[in-house]
Amino acid sequence: MPSEKKQFDQKITMKAAAEIRKGCIRALAAAGSGHIGGSMSLAEILAVLYTDILNIDPKNPHMEERDWVVLSKGHCGPALYSTLAYKGYFPADELLTLNKGGTNLPSHCDRLKTVGIDISTGSLGQGLSLAAGVALGKRLQHIPGNVYAIVGDGELQEGQNWEALMFIAHRKLTNIVVIVDNNKRQLDGYVDDICREEDIKAKFEAFGFNTLRVDGHDVNALYGAFCAAQNSGRPSAIICDTEKGHGVSLSEIDGFNHYMPVSEEDAEAALSEIDRRLEENYERIGK
Amino acid sequence: MSVLVNNFALDNVEMRQAYCDALIAEAAVNEKLMVIDADVSHSVGTGKFYSAYPDRAVNCGIMEAHAVGMSAGLSATGMVPFFHAFGVFATRRVFDQIFIACAYQNLNVKIIGADPGVTAATNGGTHMPFEDLGVMRLIPGVKIIEPADSSMYGQIVHAMANEYGVCYLRTSRRKTVRIYRDGVKFETGKAIELYDGKDVCLIACGIMVYEAIKARDELLKLGVTARVLDMHTIKPVDRKAIISAAAECGAIVTAENHNALGGLGSAVCEVVTEELPVPVERVGVHESFGEVGTQDYLQKRFKLTAEEIVRKALICIERKGRNI
Repeated sequence: MPSEKKQFDQKITMKAAAEIRKGCIRALAAAGSGHIGGSMSLAEILAVLYTDILNIDPKNPHMEERDWVVLSKGHCGPALYSTLAYKGYFPADELLTLNKGGTNLPSHCDRLKTVGIDISTGSLGQGLSLAAGVALGKRLQHIPGNVYAIVGDGELQEGQNWEALMFIAHRKLTNIVVIVDNNKRQLDGYVDDICREEDIKAKFEAFGFNTLRVDGHDVNALYGAFCAAQNSGRPSAIICDTEKGHGVSLSEIDGFNHYMPVSEEDAEAALSEIDRRLEENYERIGK
Repeated sequence: MSVLVNNFALDNVEMRQAYCDALIAEAAVNEKLMVIDADVSHSVGTGKFYSAYPDRAVNCGIMEAHAVGMSAGLSATGMVPFFHAFGVFATRRVFDQIFIACAYQNLNVKIIGADPGVTAATNGGTHMPFEDLGVMRLIPGVKIIEPADSSMYGQIVHAMANEYGVCYLRTSRRKTVRIYRDGVKFETGKAIELYDGKDVCLIACGIMVYEAIKARDELLKLGVTARVLDMHTIKPVDRKAIISAAAECGAIVTAENHNALGGLGSAVCEVVTEELPVPVERVGVHESFGEVGTQDYLQKRFKLTAEEIVRKALICIERKGRNI
């Protein structure tokens, strides 16, 4: 939940998104390959959450009253690891161990390995149920704090999500916010080609959610949505329209960008591009 | 002093009633204990818990996958959820949820599967778990308990609530033959010896414990003395008791209300082959799906009987000293 002490500053959050992308690219290049598409589409969502919304303390990662994050699309761990490193949960150099034997940063999120990961994920479709349990556990034990659960639009094809959504709405778990990274693509191609989901916002509304829809790469819009998600008296869902691979031309491609090789040369070009785009965006909003 | 009752007879309480009473008693001293159901609270017998602790009982509806994941989330905040469903839905339907959402991330969820094997009776093949022990045994760190009667539920529920990690309890809901006198000590992972003997050891769990007792009596008439072990904890199995049985009896018959693959028989064979090879025969269901019928009919249909244990015991004794 936004603290009164925090002042939203668009530029700071845009900078955070750029740093999240850069850390992620460094990690993927060190590993040689990885889940770049879905990680890139998450950058602004994670930037706003971790910069402006969450009540967390990187020095006290198990703080009881913290807000929890469940990255149900757990294969995008590299984006979350980069975010955690940016926030100081662990040194940025650790990102270079991604997927190496013995690492604390496996491809898919693991609460037993990585400081700052609240719930292990990676088997798609399960995160919302765990988030619901955490939200109910908090409510029963009168522990403050929200649960932010991030799912992919492709992931919504898993039926367990809809079980969880029914349960969350029926139990009026208002301390949960479901975030859909609506990047329109899944591993094998476009969601609309593989199994069309029709109107996701209408579906969430029909399931009883206070549902918002925003540009998932616009930090202003995201911040506004997260604030509007509070205290609606219903559980909230934010459909974030994103682009898979967004932010670097390496992965902003029409072809397969779910999991890509990333060379050191690719990374060097991408890091410069991210900085250049950030400066361009600063100029654009400065006008 | 024997651990057994003087006369074997049908218990005067249903297994589910004794289980729920134990849950309510444990919840009185453990404020984190919760009951989670998936629309079979009437069948499984947790209904009284809802009256006793309405805030700590959650009926999710017919959504076992979510119920297991939600239980894992509750556990992540320190609660101790006991999730209930029919055995087939509590295990094989939600195998990945138990594996990944619970065990893989070291959470503290208790899984209760009702109506094991032929005790599903007229619910038939769709509801008759012959494979739950097998699938659950594959999950690292999971404990598996199947009691022979209702007498130890207080101790079993207490152990489940206090021993951290995923535990699977496989239990009939109906009245069963009372095996133990009051006050017999339950210890997770420690088999209970019901009778000693030197010619063969009968190792059973659940409803097959009583069949093993009857088989022991029949064998005695033939001049064969049988040790009888209640292996109520299928995982971690009591290796010491199995090794002693192999060393001192030289032949072992296992008996379970389950597929002969993957469950108690497999667990015993693994220990015997690794530690001290002796002949083992397995009484269990062989390459069959469940079907409808009374429990009595189905026990005969699938040869889950004292007669079959006797037959296998005699074969096993005959095999001593050869075929190994």
